[in-house]
Amino acid sequence: MVSTLINANPIIYEKKERRTRTSPPTTNDDYAVEPIDQLEIFDILRDIKDPEHPYSLEELKVITEDAVEVDDHRSYVRVTFTPTVEHCSMATIIGLCLRVKLMRSLPSRYKVDIRVAPGSHATEAAVNKQLNDKERVAAALENPNLLDMVDECLAPSYN
Amino acid sequence: MAEPSELSRYIESYVDSSSTPAQQAASLDSVGCLVKSDSLTLEALVRELQIYLTTTDNVIRARGILLLGEVLKRIESKPLGSANIHTLVVFFKDRLADWRALRGALIGCLSLIRRKSVVGMVTGTDAKAIVQSFLDYIQVQSLGQYDRKLSLELLDCLLERYSDVLASLGEELIYGICEAVDIEKDPECLMLIFHIIETVGKLYLDPSGPNTNFVEEIFDILEAYFPIHFTHPVGDDAHVQRDDLSRALMAAFSSTPLFEPYLIPLLLDKLSSSLHSAKIDSLRYLRACSSKYGAERIAKYVRAIWPLIKDIISTYLEDPDFSFTLAPLNGFGPSKNELVIEALSLLQQLILQNSNLLVSLIIDDEDVNICIKTTASYEKYNDIPVQEKKKLHCVGCILHVMAKTSLSSCNEVFQNHFSRIMDNLVSVGNLDNPQNGEVFPSQRVKFGLLYLCIELLEGCRKLFSVSEHPALQYVLEHETCCTELHRFSTPLFNAFCSVLALSNEICPLDPEIYIGVKGLQILAMFCSDVFPVSMLLFEDILKKLMSIIIEDSNKMTLWEAALKALFHIGSFVQKFDESEKAMSYKSLVVEKAAELLSINDINLPLSLKVKALSEIGMTGKINMLTVLQGLRGVVFANVSDVCASRNSRSFETAVQLLECYSCKLLPWIHENRCSEEFIEQFAVDIWAHAGNCMDICAPFEEKGLLDALMKVMKVSVASCSVDSQNTIILKAYTVLSSHTNFQLNKVQRMPLSPGQYDISHRDEWILSLFASAIIAVCPKTHIPNLRVLLDLFMVMHLRGIVPAAQALGSIINKLASKSSSAESSSDLTLEEALDIIFCTKLWFSTSDMLQRTNRTNGSAMVITDLCLGGANDRLLQINAICGLSWIGKGLLMCGQEKIKDIAMIFIGCLKTEEQPLDPLVMKCAADAFHVLMSDSDVCLNKKFHAIIRPLYKQRFFSSMMPVFQQLITKSHPSFSRSFLYRAMAHIISDTPLIVILNDANKLIPVLLDCMSILTEDVQDKDILYGLLLLLSGILTNKNGTEAVTENAHIIISCLTRLVDYPNKTLVRETAIQCLLAMSELPHARIYPMRTQVLQSIAKALDDKKRSVRHEAIRCRRAWSHH
Repeated sequence: MVSTLINANPIIYEKKERRTRTSPPTTNDDYAVEPIDQLEIFDILRDIKDPEHPYSLEELKVITEDAVEVDDHRSYVRVTFTPTVEHCSMATIIGLCLRVKLMRSLPSRYKVDIRVAPGSHATEAAVNKQLNDKERVAAALENPNLLDMVDECLAPSYN
Repeated sequence: MAEPSELSRYIESYVDSSSTPAQQAASLDSVGCLVKSDSLTLEALVRELQIYLTTTDNVIRARGILLLGEVLKRIESKPLGSANIHTLVVFFKDRLADWRALRGALIGCLSLIRRKSVVGMVTGTDAKAIVQSFLDYIQVQSLGQYDRKLSLELLDCLLERYSDVLASLGEELIYGICEAVDIEKDPECLMLIFHIIETVGKLYLDPSGPNTNFVEEIFDILEAYFPIHFTHPVGDDAHVQRDDLSRALMAAFSSTPLFEPYLIPLLLDKLSSSLHSAKIDSLRYLRACSSKYGAERIAKYVRAIWPLIKDIISTYLEDPDFSFTLAPLNGFGPSKNELVIEALSLLQQLILQNSNLLVSLIIDDEDVNICIKTTASYEKYNDIPVQEKKKLHCVGCILHVMAKTSLSSCNEVFQNHFSRIMDNLVSVGNLDNPQNGEVFPSQRVKFGLLYLCIELLEGCRKLFSVSEHPALQYVLEHETCCTELHRFSTPLFNAFCSVLALSNEICPLDPEIYIGVKGLQILAMFCSDVFPVSMLLFEDILKKLMSIIIEDSNKMTLWEAALKALFHIGSFVQKFDESEKAMSYKSLVVEKAAELLSINDINLPLSLKVKALSEIGMTGKINMLTVLQGLRGVVFANVSDVCASRNSRSFETAVQLLECYSCKLLPWIHENRCSEEFIEQFAVDIWAHAGNCMDICAPFEEKGLLDALMKVMKVSVASCSVDSQNTIILKAYTVLSSHTNFQLNKVQRMPLSPGQYDISHRDEWILSLFASAIIAVCPKTHIPNLRVLLDLFMVMHLRGIVPAAQALGSIINKLASKSSSAESSSDLTLEEALDIIFCTKLWFSTSDMLQRTNRTNGSAMVITDLCLGGANDRLLQINAICGLSWIGKGLLMCGQEKIKDIAMIFIGCLKTEEQPLDPLVMKCAADAFHVLMSDSDVCLNKKFHAIIRPLYKQRFFSSMMPVFQQLITKSHPSFSRSFLYRAMAHIISDTPLIVILNDANKLIPVLLDCMSILTEDVQDKDILYGLLLLLSGILTNKNGTEAVTENAHIIISCLTRLVDYPNKTLVRETAIQCLLAMSELPHARIYPMRTQVLQSIAKALDDKKRSVRHEAIRCRRAWSHH
């Protein structure tokens, strides 16, 4: 493990109030379809813990609601995250956490695309390639140390 | 006399350090009892104890003295001679010097000091001797916690009871106390210390007394504790809490004004600290101290306190909430911030005390004046910048407090601020013009100024309503605030109206509406005893509000605000018994609202008319009566109209009004204990109209009207007394017998012929209405000609008139059985009634719709035969089963044995060995158990005076379960079994969870079978959900864990099937939650099912409902992490 923190003093933003959905359609119609939408994906991801700070990704503004693109019809999701510093070596871990969380939470029909926000990271292309390579993700998850780390980051988001 | 040997055994066992605490306590109790019951004198005890009291062995001596002390504690209420007491005091006083045996001595002294004079108390000199000895020998702070507590208790008790004698000890005493209490940290001891100092402060620290040089010393001791910093966790076994300590310290501080030069600067300092608790405590202490220390001493600090208070209020005050939903009566909802509340009450206290100084400070305060000036430039609420809004609110609160606190401060603030605000308002618009119909240019009204006016008015109103002296009236009239109010009341009215007019023009804004309506409301609610707002103005206000009600129904916020204001004004007028105002309120508002119902050409929807009417009626009993009279007229006019011309509009009006009457007005009347005369009369009138209408023509064919009438009838009858019920029932019976073709007077015996009862619609409706009256009566109410009615209902329910069946059940439920028939007013006992029901032969001719059968001998059949299909007519059979289920419910609730026979009839319909029955009939029989077990809104409940035996559901459940279980094992697969399961599902889902838990192991398999059968039909989704909730109850209850673990396999496979149940979202959601709960079971037990669960959950991740997906994510995580 690194002995010093990569970003020792990140800016903490305020958590947004969880938006309650307006009309409760469930009571009216049991057969109406509620498609998976941006807010729902964001709700899944917002509580993931940052690998090096006890704050959620939302509080560090690593992800925002606008950074989620989703098309339920075409079973496609793209999450663009912004590492707190440009040379953040945790970017891949964060990306992996996002991918694993979505893998576990979304139906299997979905194709997930995880990206670093353009211009926010020094080795943007490399990170993007790594995160969207099926083989490499599978290999990473077979590494028990990495898996532990990911699980630790995902732990609080289930409460 | 007790045996000496016995006594010495007790003493031995107490003194012996090797015996257990329980033994010691037991022997102490025995000795105590001996002394208390006079079988042992104190002298004898002391003689016996002698050696233990004087031995040189420290441990034994300590125990011996402790024994004597404890015995004295137990006989505190037993009379003792003065010589005895003196001897004991001398002994214990000397023992205080013996630090090794101190505890016994302390307890002894304490129990002696606590003695009351009637049983012989310690003399003054003796008490002084004890104190002397205490001061000489005891080093309190070097003792352990318990001994410290005892010493402090002793000191406290001495000070409390012998303060006069102790005064002569003077400085020595105070010095000793200071020494004893210094650097104490234990909360319980601190409570005592604060109390001791409070007493000392009150008794010895007189400003003119000799001991003033100790004040600083004592204050130094206390100062260290402020503000109380208390870290013991809540729920700790310590009994003292932070609040107790804080209150005790406050009492100590406020005990003597001599603390003032030290304390107040400290408090002012802490007031500006950043610690929340320090601020709150400072405010509280300041308030307590200022009332104790007196105005003179506080006066010099007022200049320093005022900016601090202002600062706190402006920092912590929330944004104002301009809506009518919160705190409707008390002006702007009182602030919820503790600091603000404390600061405002401190301000109030200071104004009361130092009126002139503080008031002039506030009046001249620059911030306040600037605020008043700047807000004058904003015309709309939304134009005011956020910061200014806050300041405005803050100033509003302060002015409010000033106005409500005292007459002089109210006068001051009216003279200075109010007149300036009004001049400002008046100068910009032509407000003096009293023509209220004509609104001057509305853009000219300043929102902020009006807001301040409202705060002032509200405060002033509170001040007046508190001072309810009748004589005050004459005094008040000449006060400045009253003259100012008089001068400006008309301009104010115009200003409020114009704010509302402004909101008319642009889109209605909440704050503007609030200000306008609230202002009118406050103006109308001044007590006319103390400050008469002219009647003319009062009427103008009512007219204005009523015009909003009539014309502005398209602006809902405004409309509702106006209605609320009218409601408050009405309640106020009623409450304070202002007869003149009540008269004009009645004529201008109540009667107008009642008139609205019959006016059709205004643009006000009916639902709003009804709402306005009911709200206004609820302002008081007299108004309610007026409203009800109006409502009655309109209802009957419309009902007649419906009968005559089938006018759909009148139909709708009548239904809505009846709904309003039964749902809103009747409960209000009942709650407020109005006379039930009207209710009775109204019900009787309904009967009269029912009779008349039906004479003219075919009755209301729209079902809605009958339902509404039936509901009104039920609720009215239920809320009447027995006498009124008798009147109503009698009237109903007359109508039933005179306006229908039922031949009630011809008492017919069996067999009955349904041919005679081939009834018209009209008769059916009257009968239904009659049944609904019967359903709601008390057991004691007399029902005429009950036998014939029973016959009638019996035949009618076979025609599918459900209310008739419900009435039968209700009658049966309320009948007294033979044994207690003496007290019943009816001429029929339960047994006889049952006899009529179950033995009446219902004869059917072949010419009728009912077929003659050859199964029973002849053609006469009783109801049970019909249920079992004797008549070979499906419809008849279903009606019979349905009716019998209501009768059964009545019997079940009052705990009759007969219910078992009825249940067996239903079961008979379900089990078919020979030929399969009609499935519809079987379903009906199964659903009969639902009627039996579920709580019904329409009849047989507490509201309708049913007799409900406790635990009847449990009893029925436990008697039925064995029968069903046996039947299910025997029954033919598929067909009849599914209906048996259905019946069981009804019983199980309405049984309390706790009963199910007792038998969980056996019931879970049945429950699961029921659930899998019920998944087949969409219509059963609600029963299915009920069962699932029950299952989740078992899963989450710790008593059910064992049974669940045992049946884990089948539960999980059932739940995984429910995960994609398409017809009800809640079923899927609950099933997944149940699976989540299952994941807590022992790992070895559920591991085999893991794959199965994960597969089904994977499907649920793609559910069409968001809530289900959310649960699925949680559940999947729990199961995949095993």
